[in-house]
Amino acid sequence: MPDGKLTLITGRSLKQGTGLNKGKDSSEYREAVTTVEMNGGDMTRLGLCDGDLVKIKTSHGEATVQCRRAELPEGMAFIAYGPLSSCLIGAETHASGMPDSKGLEVEMERIS
Amino acid sequence: MQIDHVVCAFCGCVCDDLTVTLEDGRVTGVKQACALGRAWLLGHSAEADQPPALIDGQPASLEEAVEVAAQILSQARYPLIYGLSSTYCEAQRQAVALADLLGATIDCCTSVCHGPSGIAMQVVGEPTCTLGEVKNRADLLIYWGSNPAESHPLHFARYAVTPKGLFIPRGRKDRTVVLVDVRPTASARAADIFLQIKPGRDFECLWALRALIRGLDLEESAVADTGLTLAQLQDLAGRMKSCRFGVLFVGQGLTQSRGKQMNTAAAFMLVRDLYAHTKFAVIPMRGHGNVTGIDNVLSWQTGYPFGVNFSRGYPRFNPGEFTAVDVLGRGEADAALIVASDPVATLPRVAARRLAQIPTVALDTHGSETTKVARVVITTAPAGISAEGTIYRMDNVPLRLRKFLPSPYPSDEEVLGRIVERVTQLRARN
Repeated sequence: MPDGKLTLITGRSLKQGTGLNKGKDSSEYREAVTTVEMNGGDMTRLGLCDGDLVKIKTSHGEATVQCRRAELPEGMAFIAYGPLSSCLIGAETHASGMPDSKGLEVEMERIS
Repeated sequence: MQIDHVVCAFCGCVCDDLTVTLEDGRVTGVKQACALGRAWLLGHSAEADQPPALIDGQPASLEEAVEVAAQILSQARYPLIYGLSSTYCEAQRQAVALADLLGATIDCCTSVCHGPSGIAMQVVGEPTCTLGEVKNRADLLIYWGSNPAESHPLHFARYAVTPKGLFIPRGRKDRTVVLVDVRPTASARAADIFLQIKPGRDFECLWALRALIRGLDLEESAVADTGLTLAQLQDLAGRMKSCRFGVLFVGQGLTQSRGKQMNTAAAFMLVRDLYAHTKFAVIPMRGHGNVTGIDNVLSWQTGYPFGVNFSRGYPRFNPGEFTAVDVLGRGEADAALIVASDPVATLPRVAARRLAQIPTVALDTHGSETTKVARVVITTAPAGISAEGTIYRMDNVPLRLRKFLPSPYPSDEEVLGRIVERVTQLRARN
C-alpha cells in the first residue's frame, strides 16, 4: 500500500450506538465518530501515534479525525458511521439507492 | 415502580423481556437489556424540556408547526418523505398516506442499510425462518459482513449462539458459529471459525461456495483474490451441506460493499441451492428498531419495500431514481419531511447538504443534526416508551410496543395524522 493510501470501512460501533442515545452533542458520541482505527504497522509507516490528528481524503470530501491503533489488516482503516464518515462518501448509488460506504480508497496524512 | 416485559425498540432484535424501574416519571433502571437498549431507554426518557415545536429556530406551538409543515409540503413540486425506521407501524401508515396524497417520493432507511437485500428478495425470493426457529433448531450459524457484538449485542445470547433449544439441548456446544468479514471484529471472538476475506470480494466467495456446493471442481487460482484458500471454502461448503439446519445472517458488509445487490442475491441463491442438501435459511441483520416494519407497511400498501414514488398517482419503485440519496444528491427534492431519523448525520455529504438548502420538516424525539437544519421541528413522544404501536423484529415477527411513561409530546402518528388532515383541506381548497 503506497504512501498514505488505505481502504476505509465505515460501520457501526458499540460506543457510537450508546453515544447517540446520550445525544449527538455528547462527548461519547463525538469521540466515537471522530476516531479512525488503523493497523499498527500502517501507523508506524505513516509516523502516527495514538491520538494524532489525521486528514482523510477521498474524491468526495475530507475529514479530520483522531487515529487509534486497532486489530485491523494492513492497509485497512475503520471509522464509525457519523457526520465525518458521511463527508467521505459520494452520492452515486449505481442504481441501487445505496452509496459506496465500505471499501473506500482514501488518502491519509498526519496534520499534527 | 417496576415494569416487566418491556419491548426494546432500538435495534432489530426487538428484545421483549426487559424490566425497567421508574422513579419520578423517568426510567432510572433497566434489566435484561444490552448496552444499546439500556442507553436508549435511559436517554429517551430523560428530558421533557424541549419546546413542542420550532419554526425557523423559534419556539412555536404544535398547531403552528403543523400548519407551516402542511404548507411547505403542499407547495412543493417534488417532496421527499424519509426515515421512519425508528417509529411504529401506525405512524408509518400515516406517512405512506401523506406521500400518496402529496404525490411524493417516500423512502426509508432501508435504502442505505438492507435495500440490496430487498432487491435480492425480489430477484431470488427469501428462503428464511424466524429467530425462534434459529434458537430451537440451528446447528450452523454463519454471520457474513455483520458484527452483532456491537450492532445487535443480544443476538448471540438471546436468539442464536448460546441459548438451548428444542433440538439444540446443549446450546452453544451443539452449534458451530462461522464469521466471515474483512476484519477481526469483536464478534470474531465468539466464532468457532473466522474467515477473513478481502474487501469487495464477497461476491466471489459466495459464487465459489455455490460452485462447490453444486459439486464443481475449482482451481486454487479461481479463489486467489478472495483472501481465502480453496481448502477454507471447501471446508465451509462441506459444513453447509452436512448441517441439520443452517442459517446465514447477512449484514451491511454485503449490502454496502462493491456488488451490493449482487452480493445479497448471491447469498440468497446460495441458501436456495442448499435446499438440495439440507434445511437452510437467510436472515438480514436489520439495524434500526422498526426498519423491518416500514418495509412491511410500504410493501402491503404500495407493493414495494422502499424508494416509492407517487407523482403519477400510483406507486412506482426504482432504486437509484426514487431513493433518498439519489433524490437529494441530484438536487431534485424541493422539500422534505424527515420522521424519526437523522439523515444529515448519516447520508453522503451532498445529499445531507440538500436538506439544509430546501425547507425541511423534522419529527423527532430529540435534537439531531437534521433538526439543526430543519425549518420546522416537531418534538414527538418516543415509541415504546411514551407511545404504543406495532413493531417488526428483523425476522418479520410483529410485536406490540407499550406506553409506560406519560409524555407532554404527541406521538408521530398523531402529528402525521394532523398533517394529513391539513394537507387534505389545502388540496380540497385548490
